[in-house]
Amino acid sequence: MDTVVLLSCTGLGLGALYFLVASGLSLIFGLMDVLNFAHGALLSIGSYATWWAGTEAGFSFWLAVPFGTLVGTAAAVLLELFLIRPLYSRPRDQILATVGVGLAVPALLMGIWGADARPFPQPALLAGTWHVLGATVPVNRFVLVAAAGLLLLTLRLFLARTRYGLIVRAGVEDRAMVTALGIDVQRAFTLVFALGGAAAALGGALGGLYFGSVNPGQGTSLLIFAFVVVVMGGMGSVTGAAVASVGVGLVQQFANYYTGAGLGDLSVVVLLAVLLLVRPRGLTGRLA
Amino acid sequence: MHAALRWWPIALLITLLVAPYSALPVPGLLDGPLGSSGSLQLIALCLLYGALATGYDLLLGRTGLLSFGHALYFATGLYATDLGMLELRLPFAAAAAFGVACTVLLAVLLGSVSLRVTGIGFSMVTLAFAQAGAILVQRNPGGVTGGEEGRSAPADLLPSGLLGIENTANLYWVAVGYLLLTVAAVHWAVNSPAGRVWEGIKENERRVAVLGLRPYGYKLVAFVLSGALAGLGGVVYLLLTGGATPQAAGSDTTLALLVMVVLGGSGTRWGPLLGGVLYTWADHRLGDLANSSAVADLPAVLRVPLSQPLFLLGALFVAVVYLLPGGLAGLPARIRASRSARSVRTLVGVPAGRPTGGNPA
Repeated sequence: MDTVVLLSCTGLGLGALYFLVASGLSLIFGLMDVLNFAHGALLSIGSYATWWAGTEAGFSFWLAVPFGTLVGTAAAVLLELFLIRPLYSRPRDQILATVGVGLAVPALLMGIWGADARPFPQPALLAGTWHVLGATVPVNRFVLVAAAGLLLLTLRLFLARTRYGLIVRAGVEDRAMVTALGIDVQRAFTLVFALGGAAAALGGALGGLYFGSVNPGQGTSLLIFAFVVVVMGGMGSVTGAAVASVGVGLVQQFANYYTGAGLGDLSVVVLLAVLLLVRPRGLTGRLA
Repeated sequence: MHAALRWWPIALLITLLVAPYSALPVPGLLDGPLGSSGSLQLIALCLLYGALATGYDLLLGRTGLLSFGHALYFATGLYATDLGMLELRLPFAAAAAFGVACTVLLAVLLGSVSLRVTGIGFSMVTLAFAQAGAILVQRNPGGVTGGEEGRSAPADLLPSGLLGIENTANLYWVAVGYLLLTVAAVHWAVNSPAGRVWEGIKENERRVAVLGLRPYGYKLVAFVLSGALAGLGGVVYLLLTGGATPQAAGSDTTLALLVMVVLGGSGTRWGPLLGGVLYTWADHRLGDLANSSAVADLPAVLRVPLSQPLFLLGALFVAVVYLLPGGLAGLPARIRASRSARSVRTLVGVPAGRPTGGNPA
């Protein structure tokens, strides 16, 4: 029983991490049709900025996380303004440009801080464990779940209640029509990119907490699972991404524990294949 | 003059075929003279990747399918052939057939699943499958793949004419042969009736469906053909490098193919080939540059990025997307367009502004 509880909590924590990465990806994809390959790079920037602030610059953890998130957000805005926007009329080239950034940034991080994993500063408050139904669960799993829940709530409120959320939702449905109505979709793009970047960078900062260390390849490997989550959840659907994240995180943890030899990663792909055979449009039935 | 220019592929082919007999020094481009085994090895690798990129472009440039999992089929050909020899003790020819057969089977299976999703979803799904393959290779199930180390090919089962430094010329000819086969296969396929449907799918898939054709089947054929060519490339790679390493399965390999195609110009006949050759050459020379003392003496601001080949690669990629839409193959047309635009302007007396022309990929 306690194993099941532990695996569930860890799986939820991992799912939360996937959601932090995937939500921004899903929004950016839904609105702009851009498969943002640089999203993993934004995550890495966030995690390294947090790590740098927490160790080299001597910030406390509670200051380092907002700092890392801010740096990631700024990077996302710069990316949108200077790389994505000039290629507005060439969606495929937008994707290709992000591939370039996705290659260059981790390589640069590796050049500066080396390929080895760096231990991540854990505040004493989050380093402990909680006892849940007989299982001993690291506190940071709950932090991740709380952050993801908060993000989901924020995004849903943003999309449902604000004017920009309305523009974003309308833009996902029919970008040409929104533009024809004289609404500046470009600004919504930048905003969505900033939001996505903030979520990814936060994911990077908290991912450091989850894994206990940061390394240049982390962003890219998380990005792949985020892609799986986005496809499974239905393109551009934040709620779908949340449901898929939980599913993927849980399946991965349980498969890892019960089958051994790291079959968890493979089981995720099998899950994806099965879902696509049954429902080619993902859980929410959104068009790809 | 024009007629002579039309025969340049033949001239190039003859040059390629006689290259091993030449002792022509190519300073700057290659370390040794043209016919030395080191140079031949590098050229063979360049040609191999040129061919791989040409095969990959069957999906990207001809059918409009952005696959992020092409490395999987390359690696399947590579590993299945190697394991066919190591584990099943098949002779090389049988193992190669086994490797290509495995690749085709996998391409049919995964292609039929991933093509159920269209557009970007397809890209993500192919990436997920390829990643699963890369993980499988890394995890070394049953000690079969050798994990990080990979497995070297058994010397006793390889044809003796393809072994050792003294036979580099033979390996080089194998690579030339593979290139010819790929170029011919792609050319033939693109000009076949199916090729015209692919073009239609690339332009507008819905219109093809409205015409009463099922795009799914045509896309699957392109996927499998492209995968089979990549699998065959894996066999050639096994011969060239003498073993299978997990890097072949990684997503970086797919991204490298993508960079090659975009650099050369996707959807053109020679662009991907040119891109593959240039990329591979640059990749090797950049590696040398990164390790050279000239870079080590630079201040950190320059040294750190220059010592990371992947950084240079990513930056190059972004630059190509921006500055060279249509790739190198589209360059002559762009120059011609800008020149004619300028001459028109001089005739009409319009002040020079932004050059027009160049069609976005």
